[in-house]
Amino acid sequence: MTRRMIIIRILAVLAVLTGVNYVTWRWLESVNWEAWWIAVPLIVAETFSLIDTFLFAATMWKSKEREGPKSAPEGTVDVLITTYNEPIEMVMKTASAAQKITYPHQTWILDDGNRSEMADAAKQAGIGYITRSQDWKNKPRHAKAGNLNNALFQTDGEFLLILDADQVPDPLILHRTLGYFADDPKVALVQTPQWFVNVDEADPLGSQAPLFYGPIQQGKDGWNAAFFCGSNAVLRRDALMQLGIVGYVHDVQESTRRTLRAAEKLLGREAKRHRDVPELSEELRQLHALTADALADFRRGEPAAEVVYRVQEAAKAASRRLLENDLATMYADLESLGHVPVQRDEVLGAVVIDQASLDALTAQEHSPLGAVESVMALLEQLRVDRPDEAQPVQPLATISITEDMATAMQLHSMGWRSVYHHEILARGLAPEDLNTMLKQRLRWAQGTLQVMLRDNPLVKKGLSAGQRLMYFGTMWSYLAGFAALAYMAAPILYLMLGVMPVNAWSVEFFARFLPYFLINQVLFIYVARGMRTWRGQQYSLALFPLWIKACWTTFANVVLGKPLGFVVTRKDGKAEGGVPWREIWPQLTVMVLLVISLIIGVTRVMLGTLDGTGTLINTVWVIYILIALSVIIQAARYRGPAAALENPEGDSWISK
Amino acid sequence: MDLKVNTMRNYAVIAPQGRLTAVGAPSLRKALNHLLEQGNVRIVVDLSETAFIDSSGLGALIGGLKAARLAQGDLRIAAPTPAVSSVLKLTNLDKVLRAYPSAETAYHGG
Repeated sequence: MTRRMIIIRILAVLAVLTGVNYVTWRWLESVNWEAWWIAVPLIVAETFSLIDTFLFAATMWKSKEREGPKSAPEGTVDVLITTYNEPIEMVMKTASAAQKITYPHQTWILDDGNRSEMADAAKQAGIGYITRSQDWKNKPRHAKAGNLNNALFQTDGEFLLILDADQVPDPLILHRTLGYFADDPKVALVQTPQWFVNVDEADPLGSQAPLFYGPIQQGKDGWNAAFFCGSNAVLRRDALMQLGIVGYVHDVQESTRRTLRAAEKLLGREAKRHRDVPELSEELRQLHALTADALADFRRGEPAAEVVYRVQEAAKAASRRLLENDLATMYADLESLGHVPVQRDEVLGAVVIDQASLDALTAQEHSPLGAVESVMALLEQLRVDRPDEAQPVQPLATISITEDMATAMQLHSMGWRSVYHHEILARGLAPEDLNTMLKQRLRWAQGTLQVMLRDNPLVKKGLSAGQRLMYFGTMWSYLAGFAALAYMAAPILYLMLGVMPVNAWSVEFFARFLPYFLINQVLFIYVARGMRTWRGQQYSLALFPLWIKACWTTFANVVLGKPLGFVVTRKDGKAEGGVPWREIWPQLTVMVLLVISLIIGVTRVMLGTLDGTGTLINTVWVIYILIALSVIIQAARYRGPAAALENPEGDSWISK
Repeated sequence: MDLKVNTMRNYAVIAPQGRLTAVGAPSLRKALNHLLEQGNVRIVVDLSETAFIDSSGLGALIGGLKAARLAQGDLRIAAPTPAVSSVLKLTNLDKVLRAYPSAETAYHGG
């Protein structure tokens, strides 16, 4: 173990121990239960932060700094550039750079916007051009995941380099990454950093994520849980296709079980209901018995395709018999109802159905045609081709608007491994205004929370304990918005109204809090190695309304089935309007309240109605929050990066 | 990979020979669609000479199953080699598709 790792582990253990020491004492000794309505939210927030500390410590525990692959690059590669509405010139700049990647490969533009100018530009440059096939008509499109899934069936490289439209690749990107797949046949993913060229030193929007594309990814990598981040990554086709097959089998099994059960119930009921029409009742009874047998066989493990085929054939035969032999009976029956929706077409000689009248008739309780119709409609659902989807096999996960995390988690759960390669091999564009940035962050948060609610890593089969923690840690961090509310409300209430969330601002408080706080900071600073991580810290607090919004919209989406309102992030970083007041008024309001509470607090101390120590602690606290939140004002005033970028090559935070 | 296609009286047999992977999958897909267009909607994929299959190969089988069922026919698989069987088992595809002992027996039951 390196000296650095030993120091990190000692700090990590100390951070968690001092944290447990502080928070336990807080719960047992120092909660002011008389003001429980603020005291409890505050201690819950502090407990949240302690768990966050633990998850951060766990992430750093096995941090892995890779030297690069041992094997030489090998295998066939498709470079896939995904685009929807980005300017043609931008896509072509990326595509031309992709063509110049030195390792042999085939470059493709995946144009979800289906633009003829894009097709022309690609053709002129001799670059492959793919749009959605006919299969996608009137089917869910699944955004970027759908775009990639569509392309997977039109290409055949063993490996896929995925690039967003703005991510200009280095010519050596494949040489530096492909060897990992040869090193270990179970490696399915190699992720490289995302680095943005249109960001200046100040980076008011906090676009560079040096802590994430560095210590955090390296930490996750140590647990074999390096994340897939959607772009600048190489994937193994066979692993993705395997996900698609397993997903297909799962879906077919589920729908077959569900539909057979429903059909059995319906057939039983309809057979009884139509006892007065013996021909029909007999057919229904036979179908019912057959369906019950099929369900039993299926439960015993008979293959779905065969069971489904058998029932379908029987149903087809039954409906043919009913239409041929018993048509007369049905005619009589229908005429008694007043209107015949079924007629013989004189030219075609076929049976023609008047849909509107038929619908009305089906609603009639005792219509035999209604019975046949509803039975057939249900059996129609008994399919093994996933008729509700464009493709039966969907390699990239579609359960979330951010397909990357869901896909990686699925890969990990099936025993595939991932690699984080810490070297900038593609350079892209970040949002250049607050509005676009907020939309992008909201989307990431919603996507992550969707995965947490739909496919919780804590209970998902096949993941190791470390992988569970790594996925859960990222999801957990998005709950920070609620903790922020308590952290901001407590000092305001104290300074303005003298409400004490704790029993006393005692020596013991300092003795327990300060070590925890300081060791945490030291761990963080040591891990970050002088990177600029302050922006990230500011935003984790300053975006509290956004995190909360992400939580409730995702909850409403997954649990209550409400739409999320999907937004595609603009990749050219251009502003879409002025300051997004609607999005940032909570931060501004809190800042005003904090300043007022500072003035009131100081005044009260001078008047002698407020405790000196308590005011000091709360004042420091409020000033910290104000500085953190101030980034929002900076961001709202930001109008793009300075003309001269000081360091466009971006090697400043790379350790090598 | 080579493809051997044989049209029988009431079904057609496609036999992929060698490795059925992402490289061979498109030609299998094409051959299956060609049979369907000719009206041969009952198809058996004979896997007795398929030395290896990967997930892309399985994807082509599923694509063929969908196309055949939409054409009111069926796609069945027969005589997989041990290597192919293990992939079918690994991906659980054996829970959807039954592997018949031989191409001749695939449509015996109807």
